[in-house]
Amino acid sequence: MEIAEELAKHQKAISVAEFFEKNRQILGFDSAPRALITTVKEAVDNSLDACEESDILPDIFVQIVRRGEGFRVVVEDNGPGIVGPEVPRVFAKLLYGSRFHALKQSRGQQGIGISAGVLYSQLTTGRPTAVTTKIGPNHRAGRWELMINTATNEPEILKTEETEWDRPHGTRVELEMEGSYVRSRRQSIYGYLKSVAIVNPHARITLVEPDGNMEVFERATDKLPHSSYEIKPHPLGMELGGLIKMLRYTDKKKLKSFLSGSFSSVGAIITQEICERAELDPEMLPQDVTHAEATRLLAAFKEMRLKSPPTDCLSPIGEELIRAGLEKEYRVDYIATSTRSVSVYSGSPFQVEVGLAYGGELKADGKVDILRFANRVPLLYQQGGCAITHAIENISWKTYSLTQPGGGVPTGPAAILVHIASTNIPFTSESKDAVADVPEIVAEVELGLKEVGRKLRRYLSKKSALSERREKEEIIRKLLPRISKKLSELLEREEPDINPVVAKIMGNLLVKRSVVSENGESFVTLEVANYGDAAKAFKLHETVSVEAKAIEPDARVIALGDGYDHLWKLSLRPGERREIKYKVPSEGVSFSEPVVEGVPSELVSGARVVG
Amino acid sequence: MKDAEETRKRLLGLAEMLYDQFQKGIVPHLALPSRTKSNLEYDQDGEIWVYGDQESVRSVKTIRGAKSVLKTTYLVELLINEHLRQNRGSTLREIYYISENWDIAKFGEQAESDRLVEDLEILTALLREDFHVRPEEDGATVFGPLTISEKTRRGERTIHCQEDVGEAGYQIPFNVDNVEFKEHDAKFVIAIETGGMHARLIENGFDQEHDAILVHLKGQPARSTRRLIKRLNEELNLPVVIFTDGDPWSYRIYASVAYGAIKSAYLSDYLVTPAAQFVGVQPSDIVNYDLSTDKLTDQDLQALRSEMTDPRFATDYWKEQIQLQLKLMKKAEQQAFAGKGLDFVTRVYLPERLSEMGMI
Repeated sequence: MEIAEELAKHQKAISVAEFFEKNRQILGFDSAPRALITTVKEAVDNSLDACEESDILPDIFVQIVRRGEGFRVVVEDNGPGIVGPEVPRVFAKLLYGSRFHALKQSRGQQGIGISAGVLYSQLTTGRPTAVTTKIGPNHRAGRWELMINTATNEPEILKTEETEWDRPHGTRVELEMEGSYVRSRRQSIYGYLKSVAIVNPHARITLVEPDGNMEVFERATDKLPHSSYEIKPHPLGMELGGLIKMLRYTDKKKLKSFLSGSFSSVGAIITQEICERAELDPEMLPQDVTHAEATRLLAAFKEMRLKSPPTDCLSPIGEELIRAGLEKEYRVDYIATSTRSVSVYSGSPFQVEVGLAYGGELKADGKVDILRFANRVPLLYQQGGCAITHAIENISWKTYSLTQPGGGVPTGPAAILVHIASTNIPFTSESKDAVADVPEIVAEVELGLKEVGRKLRRYLSKKSALSERREKEEIIRKLLPRISKKLSELLEREEPDINPVVAKIMGNLLVKRSVVSENGESFVTLEVANYGDAAKAFKLHETVSVEAKAIEPDARVIALGDGYDHLWKLSLRPGERREIKYKVPSEGVSFSEPVVEGVPSELVSGARVVG
Repeated sequence: MKDAEETRKRLLGLAEMLYDQFQKGIVPHLALPSRTKSNLEYDQDGEIWVYGDQESVRSVKTIRGAKSVLKTTYLVELLINEHLRQNRGSTLREIYYISENWDIAKFGEQAESDRLVEDLEILTALLREDFHVRPEEDGATVFGPLTISEKTRRGERTIHCQEDVGEAGYQIPFNVDNVEFKEHDAKFVIAIETGGMHARLIENGFDQEHDAILVHLKGQPARSTRRLIKRLNEELNLPVVIFTDGDPWSYRIYASVAYGAIKSAYLSDYLVTPAAQFVGVQPSDIVNYDLSTDKLTDQDLQALRSEMTDPRFATDYWKEQIQLQLKLMKKAEQQAFAGKGLDFVTRVYLPERLSEMGMI
C-alpha cells in the first residue's frame, strides 16, 4: 500500500473534504440523483467483487428509504464479510483497498468508491455510516459507526459493538445522505441494477424503492463466472514512473531476477536481451538503476518482440450468460451474441463481448438501446463520448437490416450490449463513465458488432422467407380457388384444375393425370414435374382396379385384394418433367388418387402423400 | 362507343384468357403498360403522349397480384351481369360500395376500384362509358355562341349555350358523345381554370366581344371536359387556349388537356387536344404585368422540379418559363389581375396575349 500511503500523505496538505469538494464530478457526486446512484453502485460493486472472490452466489439487497429531506441507503450482501480491524479503513479512509495495484479484472479499482459515499454522507447530513459484518456462522457479527476525519483522512470509530445477525456471513452498510430519487430513465438506481442484473446473471438483486415498491432481479444461472486472477504487468504496458517505483521497492537483489520475476512474458532469454539493449548489467542491484537507465530499460521493453500477456486472467461473461441476462430483463424475439478472442492493447489484455436483442417489446422507432459494460459494471453516463458508442456508429447497419438515418446510432427494435473485460480498462476520466478510443478496442468492438449483425441479418431473412411461404399458402388456399370458381361461373365452364399453378407458385412436385379414351381403351398419362429448387427422389403409386398394359417406363406391379398397385421409383432434378404412360380398358375401371411416397406433403400438389 | 355485345365479348375474353392460363398450367397474370412518367412516349403522328413498352405484370404469384386478379374477375362479372345484361349503370363510387359484398375481393378504397376500372379500359381497349360506368364529378360548364343537341334519357334537347342557359352555363354531361354540335359563331375556345375568372369573363361580356366559347375547367378537368374541348377543336376547327393560375399545378392542368395525363395516357387519343395553347398566367407575366404574388412553397418547388424531368414539359418554352419561375420563387393566381382593376384582364391582358398568339 506504499502508493496509497504516499497519495494519502499528499492529500493531507489539503483536507479530504476539500479534496472531495474539488473532485465531486470525477467521483460521481456532482448532482443529487447521481450521488445516490454512485453510492449504490460503489457498494454493489464491492459486494459483487467480494462474492466472486469467495465463490459465493451473490444475493444483494438494496433499500432506499426517504429520511426527511434526504435518504437512507442500505446495501446488504451475503459476501465473505470483512475482518474487524479492516472495517474502519475499508469504509472510512479514502484510497484504501486491496485492488488498487492488483493487475486483475475487477469492478472497483481505485479504492475510492464506497469511502467517497461515506464522506458525502457525513458532509451532507453530518451522520455516521453504519457497517455490520460477519465473517462466518461461528463468529458474531460486528457493528461499527464510522466517520472520516476530514483533516487526516483517518477513520473515526464512533461506536463499535458485537451484535447478533441472522445471516451466516455478509456485510451491510447504511448511509444517510442528500439526494433525489428518480426511476424512469436508465440513469437511475433501478436502471443501474437492471443493467447489473443483465451482465451478472448469477446474482440475485433485490431493490426496495422509497415508495415501498420491491423489484427482484432474479438470478438466471447458478454458475459462477470463471474467476479472474492476478497477473504480473506486461512490459509493453509499463510507464516510466511505475517502472521506477517497482525497481525501488522490489526485494530482488539482481536486475535480471527483477525482470524475469516481476513481468509477464519475460523469461531468461528475453531478460538477457533487454539488458543488452539497455546496456545494463544484469547483475546490478535494481535499486541502483538511475532515472536515465530506467528510461533506457523502458525503451528496450518497447523494442522487444514479446509474447502477449496471459489472457486467461480475464473473466468474460460468456455467450450463454449474456443471452440469459438479456432474456431475463427483455422480452424479445431474437438474441445474437458474440465473444471475441482476447486481444492486447499496450500490454493489457482485453476481451470484447457483444449481445444484440431484437424485436419483442423493444420500440421500433427511435435509436436502439445501447448497454455499455466494463468489467461487468454498467456505464451510465457520457454515452456519446465512449469508444463503444463510436464503434456502433462506425458500422454501416443497413447491411445488417437496421436503419441508420443520417448515420450514427442505428434505429430499430434492438438493444445492443457491449462488454469489455480487461485488467486495465482505459477510461476517459476517473469517474469511469466512458471507455477511451483505443484503436485496438474500437476495432474489436466493431468486429463483434459485425458478427451479431450478420446473425441478425440471417435471422431476419429466414423470418421473411417463412412469411413468404405463409403468404403463398394464403394465395393457394384462399385466392386461387375463388378466382377459378369465379371464372368458371362467368364462362359457364368446368372449374379449371389449379394444381399445376399451385405447384409452380409453391415450387412443389406436381402429379397430374390425364385420360384419353379411344376404341374401348383409355390411354393414361401421368405428368410428374418438379417445380422446386431441390432434386426430389420418391416413389409414385398408381392404384387401379385392373392391371395396366403398355406401361412406359416399367413399373413394379403389386396385386392387392381389390386392384393393382403400380409403383415407379423416380428422381427428378429441379425443373425436370416426366411422363408415365399406360393403358387400361375404358369400361369398368376405377382409379384412386395418385400417391407420392418420400416427399413432405406440403411440397406435393395433385397427389396424396404417404410416409 | 361500342355496343353492349362487343363490350361483353371483350370482357369475357379477359376471363377466358385467365381460364386458359390455369388450364395450361401458366401462372395467371395480366400485363398492363406501366402508368409512370418514365413510360411516356411522344407519338409523332397523333402529336400526343402515349405509353411506351414498359409493362407491369399482375401475377397471382403475390398476394397483391392474386387479390387484384380476383377483384378483376368480380368486377368483370358485375359489368357483364348487372350493367350490360340489364342496361344499367353505376358510378365509380357505387362500384366501390358494391364491392362491400365481395368478401376478400372488396376494394380497400375508391382509388383502387377507380384504378381497376381504368385497367379494364386498357385491357379491353374500351372506355368506361362502354361499361356503363359514370364518374361522380359533373363535367364542367360551357358558355358561348354555340348550339348543341343532347340525347338525354328523356328525349333530345337543343340548347344555345348563351341564350338557353343561366349564368352558370351549359353543364357538360358525363358522356360527351351524346352531345352533337349544331351551329356556332365562335372564333376560338378559351378554357379557364377557376370559377372566379370564368364568371369574370362572362360578367365582362368577353364571349360576346371576342366570339369566344368559355369552358370552365374546374381545376384538373374531368374526362368529359377534356373530351368536349377535343371535339370543339377537331369537329368545329376552333383554336383552343388554356387560361390558368401561374403555378406548377396549373401547368399540369394545361398539360393534361394538351398532352395527356400520366395516369390516363392510354386515353390520349380520345381526350387530348394537341393544338391547345397556353395563355397564362406565365411566369414572365408576373414580371411584365407586375402581378401580386405568393411565395413558392416547398411542394410547389418539388412540383416544378418534377416538371423539369417530365417529357411533356421538355420544350424550350416550358424550360424557360419553369426556370424563370424557379428564379423568381413566386407564383400568381388568375385573380391577381383584379389588382389592376376588374376590367384589366379582359381589356388589356387577354387581348394582348391573344393577339401575341395570333388568335385575335
